[in-house]
Amino acid sequence: MKSNAHAFKARATVALQDIKLQKALANAKSGFVDKRLAAIDALPEFEQLREAACELKDHTLAHLDYYLERFESRVMAHGGHVHWARSPAEARAIVVDLCRRAKARRITKGKSMVGEEIAVNEALEAAGFEVVETDLGEYIIQLAKEPPSHIIAPAVHKTRDQITELFHDHHRKYGREERVTEIPDIVNEARQVLREAFLSADVGITGANFLIAETGSTVIVTNEGNGDLTNTLPRVHIVTASIEKVVPTLEDVTTMLRLLARSATGQEMSSYTTFSTGPRRGDDLDGPQEFHVVLVDNGRSRMLGDEFREMLRCIRCGACLNHCPVYSAVGGHAYGWVYAGPMGSVLTPLMVGLAEARNLPNACTLNGRCQEVCPMNIPLPRMLRALRVHEFEERLTPPRMRWGLGVWAFLAKRPWLYRTASAAVIRVLGALGRKRGRFRYLPLAGGWTRARDMPAPGLRTFQSAWRRAHRRRRP
Amino acid sequence: MSDAREQILASIRRSLKRTGALEGSMSQMLDERLARHPVHIQPALQGDLAARFVSKLEAVAGTAARVSSLSAVPDAVVDYLSAQALPLEVVMASAPMLAQMDWPASLKIERRIARREDHVTVTGAFAAVAETGSLVLVSGRESPTTLNFLPDVHIVVLRREQIVAHIEDVWSQLRRELAAMPRTINFITGPSRTADIEQTIQLGAHGPRSLHVILVEG
Repeated sequence: MKSNAHAFKARATVALQDIKLQKALANAKSGFVDKRLAAIDALPEFEQLREAACELKDHTLAHLDYYLERFESRVMAHGGHVHWARSPAEARAIVVDLCRRAKARRITKGKSMVGEEIAVNEALEAAGFEVVETDLGEYIIQLAKEPPSHIIAPAVHKTRDQITELFHDHHRKYGREERVTEIPDIVNEARQVLREAFLSADVGITGANFLIAETGSTVIVTNEGNGDLTNTLPRVHIVTASIEKVVPTLEDVTTMLRLLARSATGQEMSSYTTFSTGPRRGDDLDGPQEFHVVLVDNGRSRMLGDEFREMLRCIRCGACLNHCPVYSAVGGHAYGWVYAGPMGSVLTPLMVGLAEARNLPNACTLNGRCQEVCPMNIPLPRMLRALRVHEFEERLTPPRMRWGLGVWAFLAKRPWLYRTASAAVIRVLGALGRKRGRFRYLPLAGGWTRARDMPAPGLRTFQSAWRRAHRRRRP
Repeated sequence: MSDAREQILASIRRSLKRTGALEGSMSQMLDERLARHPVHIQPALQGDLAARFVSKLEAVAGTAARVSSLSAVPDAVVDYLSAQALPLEVVMASAPMLAQMDWPASLKIERRIARREDHVTVTGAFAAVAETGSLVLVSGRESPTTLNFLPDVHIVVLRREQIVAHIEDVWSQLRRELAAMPRTINFITGPSRTADIEQTIQLGAHGPRSLHVILVEG
């Protein structure tokens, strides 16, 4: 997918004025936040599990080459194949080639964020394959020709009315003329339509929530059952997974599973947690005849060596999105690429370049909620600040802002001058604004006053108020 | 693509400040960790495992019927189908436990993988987990995976002693009883569901609309 991250400000402005989107976001936020909290309150061991999970993931990352090689050898021992891709382009080429060799016509897909990252659908369609997304949310946005707006709820930005219209437009070709408006009927229509795709697909492509080095298994965590029909019915099962998904053992993945569903949807366990290991065995009656895993790097091996290593702990639960005031206000599409919210604001600049995505790390109030709710305790606020520092160092910050920061830094390094200058400005503004109590326009602060008033300050600065209070308390 | 493989591994090692693969002693330590597969934190469980399993299953919209012995299972299946107004037709896994039962002639049974038109399947299970209310099914000749996902209704016959406390207990059992990892291990926790439309939970997205467990006490 081509990045539109550079247009964050414009897209956010549009999103803030989109009434349907605002309704959908408000609905989503309360649902996710409350359910997560209830699930975590019900598990006294949550904090200990979180520590154990971070520790085992850090251990895995510190020996990532060993665990990937072990994973590869176990997949091969079970008759599967492992392919390595440095870039999205390499990953796409591998998947297209596998589908060609399978003489595939129709391909079903389970939801996969790495699939979005490498833009595999576009490549497969360009190569002439029919690609059907089977997760209900992904199916909806595939019909709408939109990218996902949330990593676990890709169609969270769509209202029911919009889905009714999409289905009406696209399902007429199956002889379904009636508009379905109730949720059970909408879900049932998707079930009927997609059943045909499941049963006639030649290749099924899924992602992986985890890879297990001990066994060579890939793990998917789902609720709908579409992932299982995708990895069981077609002749060929292809898994696209990024290299940091590996964990050592079945016991290790168990610890991660106890955190994932609770943090994502507030479930203790998703409906289906499935371990796939190699193709069908000699006496199996069903299952795919071929099993392929495509391991995608796309900059992760480099992140392993810099200050963003902890980002590789991420298990894609979406908790940081659900608790982010910025995400909750503008939704996922404003971020302009595959990943949104706090985790997206770190990953996108690292994957598509800071010059393209420099606005994202700045779209953050540094309130720290994302790290608090992160089951892997990823220091997202620190990373967002680090990206801001890089932005400044690489001279990507606009000249006016650099100049402003330069002036501020000059003053801040001279406390006496800072006190005098700020007191003078406050006195002038306070006097000018006393009558109305606010400013509708201020020179140099147009960015602020365009959308809201600036309250008029009191006559004293914080520093002078502090000094007075301090003096009074002394004996 | 071996070029890509070598380059990715080299890049990982560069980031980890190493020049080649791990030294012998380190790699031995990691081999040993894999062999030891340590258990981390487990949630404390109180009370009877079967009671906990059933309450967790019911909390995720599964249903359960308790019967006293294996011989009571056929009646329990027929009763459930009748109560749900379903035709007396099932596709059944060929597991010996199910094959040896005395099924009534009124129940039409086929033993094969699932097809599109199948309404009801009956399978056994490898284990069940009290911690989460999950059923664990492993693929094989006696338990094809399509039976778990294609029908509208999935009935699982579970013996009480198959219920283990934690997920890790399933791994111990797997290592003990199976020579190799099966192609598929399914942890099934309730029927299929989706919340992709306005965050409203709706059962029966793509997998079974109903999950019914017949729990054999004796």
